Amino acid sequence: MSELLRHPGLLLIAGALVLPWLRGTARGGAVIVLPLAALVLVWGLPDGALAQVRFLDYTLTPLEGGRLGRLFATIFALMAFGGGLFALRQPSRVEVPAAFVYAGSAIGVALAGDLVTVFVFWELMAVGSTLVLWSHGTRPSWHASQRYLMIHLLGGMLVFAGVTGHIAQTGSVAFVAMKADSAAHWLLLAGFLLNAGAPPLSAWLPDAYPEASWSGMVFLSAFTTKTAVYVLLRGFPGTELLVWIGFFMVFYGIVYALLENDMRRILAYSIVNQVGFMLVGIGIGTEMALNGAAAHAFTHIIYKALLLMSAGSVLLMTGRRKCSELGGLYRSMPLTTICGSIGALAISAFPLTSGFVSKSMVTQAATDQGMMTAWLLLTAASAGVFLHAGIKFPWFVFFQKDSGLRPADPPSSMRWAMILFAFLCIALGVWPDPLYRLLPYPVDYVPYTAPHVVTQTQLLLFSGLAFFLLLPLLKRTPTITLDVDWIYRRPLTWAVRAVGRSLALVREAAAGAAMATFDRVRGGVRGYVMRHGGLAQTSPIGSMALWVLVLLLAYLVLYYV
Amino acid sequence: MPEPHWLDRPGNVRLIWRGFIVVLALTVMVEPLVDLHPHFAVEALFGFHAWFGLLSCAAMIVGAKALGALLKRRDSYYGEGERDE
Repeated sequence: MSELLRHPGLLLIAGALVLPWLRGTARGGAVIVLPLAALVLVWGLPDGALAQVRFLDYTLTPLEGGRLGRLFATIFALMAFGGGLFALRQPSRVEVPAAFVYAGSAIGVALAGDLVTVFVFWELMAVGSTLVLWSHGTRPSWHASQRYLMIHLLGGMLVFAGVTGHIAQTGSVAFVAMKADSAAHWLLLAGFLLNAGAPPLSAWLPDAYPEASWSGMVFLSAFTTKTAVYVLLRGFPGTELLVWIGFFMVFYGIVYALLENDMRRILAYSIVNQVGFMLVGIGIGTEMALNGAAAHAFTHIIYKALLLMSAGSVLLMTGRRKCSELGGLYRSMPLTTICGSIGALAISAFPLTSGFVSKSMVTQAATDQGMMTAWLLLTAASAGVFLHAGIKFPWFVFFQKDSGLRPADPPSSMRWAMILFAFLCIALGVWPDPLYRLLPYPVDYVPYTAPHVVTQTQLLLFSGLAFFLLLPLLKRTPTITLDVDWIYRRPLTWAVRAVGRSLALVREAAAGAAMATFDRVRGGVRGYVMRHGGLAQTSPIGSMALWVLVLLLAYLVLYYV
Repeated sequence: MPEPHWLDRPGNVRLIWRGFIVVLALTVMVEPLVDLHPHFAVEALFGFHAWFGLLSCAAMIVGAKALGALLKRRDSYYGEGERDE
């Protein structure tokens, strides 16, 4: 058990429980130091099973070192650090501790050696993330968190059913690579995919995340979907279905983001789009593809957090979130504009940014396998990413028309968080070797070749041309776009209310009928026993003697019959 | 009246557009100088990434517009009114 003391995830969770009682410098210091301590612990973990616990008939391995787990635990700890720094001025005393429980649980999943541990941390993640949403304290965030929790409890049930089924079939709790070949494994796959934002229930993500606070969404963007990518990488590599689910997510994200007006919801759809790329890589399943998916998860967490930090800064400083009400902020928020644009270039995989060195591995894997359709779709999708996140987000928020707003850049802790993550986006793009060394398989790939740089620049710049040529078609309107969540927010809600109303009617009718019957019976009884009732009257002796005589005669007759 | 931001001067915006078009042309013209070693036949077509990027983006924008005609609603649709902070 004492080995668990060096579990980086448990350290963050334990720290999160102390945080709400700290104030001022002590609190700020703890927010900064805890994730760094977790990072140090992650890097001190050797390979193999590091802690074992008996539970029922099974030996659990709550802490296990390995290449893939270390990669994800590293980025989760780094994200907790960057997010904590960005959220230092967050007045809510619940949000950052909840986010640390959330981050710690994500690290717990990454370092889990068995499926039971995965499930426990999986559910803790749902609790932490719901608390991050709740802590915002607005009505929309309360409603969104209820829908969010409902979907994630469903996902948790799927995972639980899958895990128990897997244990019943194999007798082992070990988390090893599986195939989608039994009901239990399908359930597990469905539960994992639900958290990845896969269809049909992907709407939970763009519905809930943008309702978090200016700092809350930075945390939310990182852990749930990327933990799902991690368990899919580990549990279902090479499952071809994931390629097609991934492509659906890629284009769903682009199309919905193109239609969206809320700046942070654009970025939420973009998360689904980016996780789609990772799923395609996992589905292709070669070492190059799996490396690509893992690397892309790593770089994505950084640039998506950076994009959301810039959006969060705009939200905090202007109080507005709709593109139709923003614009022209480059004049007074130069640093936020530059950092947001660096994030936008990185997500678009421009040469010299982190996206370029990670996404191209997935494309390369499709090429190596001779998958021309997949390659064409990936190329079109890369163009589409530049369109919806690379240009649309910065253009409508920081440039386009002058909204007349002149907010300043945000306070220094937020600026430093953005500068740090912008630096990482460029550093990983210029010098990808440290990232490549962390990947699960040996990397035999050089991203910077002349043809690759030329073709990628061509693709992106001409996508940019398409954006500006078709700008009239992209004009912002104060609208939302219906998604699958419509089903449970409208017809299902109506159906539940209608059933409730009918039941109330039935209950009323039944109660009315019962009362009427009761009244009749009572009336009847009263008729006999109360004043003037037959049983309540005094009878003359004579009539009584007559009835006794009748009874005795009847007795006599019956006796002889 | 403070000095306008350099991006607010129409002359500079025109300059950026011209620069953009020059860079666009350059990325295509540099193709013969680079050995692209295409993996698929279609990739060998001249300026493939340029026109494929342009056309697929146009297709996605038009496709999104069409879907939007069907699925777009006012942002007060779910009755939560102003979503602002």
